[in-house]
Amino acid sequence: MNPPRDLPKWADVALVPALSVAAAFLVAGLVVLGIGENPLAATRHLVFGSLGSGEGLGFTLFYATNFIFTGLAVAVAYHAGLFNIGGEGQATLGGLGVAIVGLEAGVLPAVLAIPLAILAAAAFGAAWAFIPGYLQARRGSHIVITTIMFNWLASVLLVYLLVNVLREPGSMNPETPGFAPQVQIPFLHDVLARLGITIPPSQLNLSFVLALAAAYGVWLLIYRSRLGYAIRVVGANPQAAVYAGISPERVTIVAMLLSGALAGGLAVNELMGYQHRLLLEFTAGYGFVGIAVALMGRAHPVGIVLASLLFGMLYQGGAELAFEQPKITRDMIVVIGGVIILFAGALDGLFRRLVARLVAPARLAEA
Amino acid sequence: MDATALLTVLDSGLRLSIPLLCACLAGLWSERSGVVDIGLEGKMLVAAFCAAAAAYAAGSAWIGLAAGVAGSLIFALLHGFASITQRGNQIVSGVAVNMLAAGLTAVIGNAWYGQGGRTPPIEGPQRFGDAVLGHSVLVCLALAAVPITWFVLNRTRFGLRLRAVGENPAAVDTAGISVSALRYAAVMLGGVLCGLSGAYLSISQSAGFLPGMTAGKGFIALAALIFAKWRAWPALGACYLFGLLDAIAIRLQGVVLPGIGEVPVQAVQALPYAMTVIVLAGVIGRAIPPRAAGVPYVKER
Repeated sequence: MNPPRDLPKWADVALVPALSVAAAFLVAGLVVLGIGENPLAATRHLVFGSLGSGEGLGFTLFYATNFIFTGLAVAVAYHAGLFNIGGEGQATLGGLGVAIVGLEAGVLPAVLAIPLAILAAAAFGAAWAFIPGYLQARRGSHIVITTIMFNWLASVLLVYLLVNVLREPGSMNPETPGFAPQVQIPFLHDVLARLGITIPPSQLNLSFVLALAAAYGVWLLIYRSRLGYAIRVVGANPQAAVYAGISPERVTIVAMLLSGALAGGLAVNELMGYQHRLLLEFTAGYGFVGIAVALMGRAHPVGIVLASLLFGMLYQGGAELAFEQPKITRDMIVVIGGVIILFAGALDGLFRRLVARLVAPARLAEA
Repeated sequence: MDATALLTVLDSGLRLSIPLLCACLAGLWSERSGVVDIGLEGKMLVAAFCAAAAAYAAGSAWIGLAAGVAGSLIFALLHGFASITQRGNQIVSGVAVNMLAAGLTAVIGNAWYGQGGRTPPIEGPQRFGDAVLGHSVLVCLALAAVPITWFVLNRTRFGLRLRAVGENPAAVDTAGISVSALRYAAVMLGGVLCGLSGAYLSISQSAGFLPGMTAGKGFIALAALIFAKWRAWPALGACYLFGLLDAIAIRLQGVVLPGIGEVPVQAVQALPYAMTVIVLAGVIGRAIPPRAAGVPYVKER
């Protein structure tokens, strides 16, 4: 995936993603116009809904937490040249890990139960990513197809378990009973209230801190560690990696394990932080939006956190918007996500050439 | 299970396999030319929506079919533009197509009809009724597409070139034939077939559009394509097998078998995905995709 033209770094890092987002909003605006609504009013509702109140901001950060995890998951695999679109399935399994600890850990104190449940989420997510990773490394099975199949397998498995095994006795809903209080990650408004600071209540919980720590950890891993270097070498050129004494097979498997573990973080925020039970389809497409987040953030943790904040705003603002202008449903976010993936991912070259023509005419003349 | 019940299951297996078959052949055309298409699901969804909306507005199933094919073609061209002209990442483009389709159909459907994204029910001449042995015309069209695909791909000059472009585009280019033109042709044929598939879903099998009504059929079609190792007749077999599994799963809902107990329907539903992974892993046979699939062609300068 070498860039078609050399761009100045600032253009590559900032301008290309910014243009993609601008284009995405333009397309979304046209859709809003097309269904006979006012795009400016819609933008206002969106921004006020997501940032205009403390409560809105809390929800924005809650959604952003989900996107940081799934975006990082896609990015780690991406650095190794792998396209993991199995985030949904890996997060689903992560949820299963959380549920097993959450339902059984009633005897443990919170100091032990919470880390255990987080580890279970990571381990289950990693295990679900291991099989496609192993098959890619050892049998050459295309990771994209296997991760797609594993998404569906995970969703079928979860339906089976929730309907037949884990369902709360006597309940009609395919949900587990509530988790033990010891595995519930505290809400930020509760934590701050204990310190005497009052903020409006929202779903925002301490998983947000975990997500930021994960982003820092991924930065350390990718840019400051031997393993991260190996991952990037394999992603850039697997043949060269072999000559450098790096095993692409091993790196492929390790990168997928890390990717799956990060995807499991979605279950931590969504289930341990908010739902406090395992339920169907809690992944709600966050895994796919993670692809948009990673592409927009240029697979760099800082970019991913920023892109996650933007998508968090869209999710929270989108909910408010759907309330104010019922014709614009939250599916609009999926449209925006799709356009960002299209422009920042597939049509990347188009923008790069445009930017190259604008900012570096001299380089173009040399070429 | 008596003979009538067996026949019913076989028959509904056929019904359920038709959307898979069309989408699978669409993927076959596209991937044989070297363009990987994981956007089958999205194109089916767009086609299903366009078909239902147009059939409802115009009162004719044929106009619905035309609109479905047109909608699917637009998305196919988008995918073609990104992956052929712009030499972008075909997987990423496919993901974008799927998300765009899921979002746009839901938003527009809700804005137009205000029924949570559903189109109004389609009835009478707006729908393809049963024409041949209890099946609609679209079933015949889909089944006819199998021998046509086989013949064109394996017995004509166009087909030979198209297969060559999926294996070794440089050789085709050296012979003075346009790689892009062939790939665009293949992607558009795929668009037409996805259009057929989506239209069948909304205006023949069901009576109207529901948001997300493809429910993963595009991905099962992708699985069937791998299962069939990118060949037309085996694709028919694989799609029928997966359709039959679906029919059996529906039939087994709540049935208690002696000795086994209640059959977990999910186990049957998981089979297509599990079987595909097994085939991909090379445990039974080996699924080798067209060599140039997924690689954008860069003409040497």
